[in-house]
Amino acid sequence: MPGLVHVTTTINGNQADFLCEPRQSLLECLRDVVGMTGAKEGCNDGNCGACTVNLDGRIVCSCLVLGVEAQGAEVNTIEGVASAEGLHPIQQAFLENAALQCGICTPGFIVAAKALLDEEPDADEARIRHWLAGNLCRCTGYDKIVRAVLDAGERMRAG
Amino acid sequence: MRAIDYQAPTSLSEAVSIMAANGDRARPLAGGTDVLVQLRGGRREADVVVDTKKIPELNTLNLGDNGLQLGAAVPCYKIYGDSAVAAAYPGLIDAASMIGSIQIQGRATVGGNLCNAAPSGDTIPPVITLGGEAHINGPNGWRTMPAEDFCTGPGRNALQDGELLVAIQLPAPAANSGTAYLRFIPRNEMDIAVAGVSSTVTLDASGQTIQSARIALASVGPTPILATAAGDSLAGKAVSDEAIEEAGRLASEAATPITDMRGTIRQRHHLVAVLTRRTLNIAIRRARGEE
Repeated sequence: MPGLVHVTTTINGNQADFLCEPRQSLLECLRDVVGMTGAKEGCNDGNCGACTVNLDGRIVCSCLVLGVEAQGAEVNTIEGVASAEGLHPIQQAFLENAALQCGICTPGFIVAAKALLDEEPDADEARIRHWLAGNLCRCTGYDKIVRAVLDAGERMRAG
Repeated sequence: MRAIDYQAPTSLSEAVSIMAANGDRARPLAGGTDVLVQLRGGRREADVVVDTKKIPELNTLNLGDNGLQLGAAVPCYKIYGDSAVAAAYPGLIDAASMIGSIQIQGRATVGGNLCNAAPSGDTIPPVITLGGEAHINGPNGWRTMPAEDFCTGPGRNALQDGELLVAIQLPAPAANSGTAYLRFIPRNEMDIAVAGVSSTVTLDASGQTIQSARIALASVGPTPILATAAGDSLAGKAVSDEAIEEAGRLASEAATPITDMRGTIRQRHHLVAVLTRRTLNIAIRRARGEE
């Protein structure tokens, strides 16, 4: 049986070291080893996007990445979205637009929306709906989420 | 998932020796969007997962006079993010930008799509109609095969134990040629094709006569299907609704679908004819430089 592997990675700008089994997903490593439980386990097979994190500048389902694949990578999670000054405009827009109910999907939506708006703060509704197609929400019916992301884009453009 | 060993070789020879030493107990890993789900769900087993993303030959995305050398570990977003590749192979981009979600496209690869050999693999039909060739390396060296021969059954491919799909070579697009891929799904995103069709056409210089055509189908048989008779029926014909209609009929005849939760045999035959006509029309417009 293979032993534990030492992984050195960068999480939200800070160097992080953890030990994991090669079979463990990045999601398991974040939640159960590193103790960062912001990314959620929904389907665990890449359909729901609740586990979305940013890996080397691209959003991915962390359930479909092995923890050992994060060696040398830059991982950005929901825990790194707010700053010391306060919530990120996307988080603020989600709150004010009531874009969440149970909240399980929310970290994934926010990490995914941030990746879009960082590049395209003027993304329109069609672009947002397409970009977020890999994030499932079983509560809100999506409309409030899409409106929140549109609102967040406006806030980000205003600086 | 049961315990596995993880290897991330940095050279092709190292990768092949790990693959060869472990036989059918080794699984190559590129994007992981299929294989990790299968290992976790017990649909495939492995003792060793061989990460191919650190091997230079599997990461090439070289567009040159000979066409596109597409490393088997290159994720979809890099393909459609390369504007020169996107301009040269819009039919491949149709498929690479519709597979799964943005998250999936950040990891999933065309090489992995081919190796996974799902009948519904969206990128496989355009690779076939574009004349793609699989470049394979293994303990006995190199071999190549046409993409249409690579998938041998649902989830099965032509690789022998110890072999790796290294790259897919797409020939340079012929002058006055165009390719398009469409699939039918009951919603807009995030679904598996009920049926999919790719068409590649090459027109004469006037843009009015079809010199040659290739049509390939997804999700309507145990493997992706090259509908040879349908493509050949167009050779030498003037572009016309009748010729396109006839190709759609022949493509539908080449389909051998089943009835399952996604669709019925009858619906899938119908869809193949419709999607063949639509993709031919898009491919013709692209060949004429109209879109």
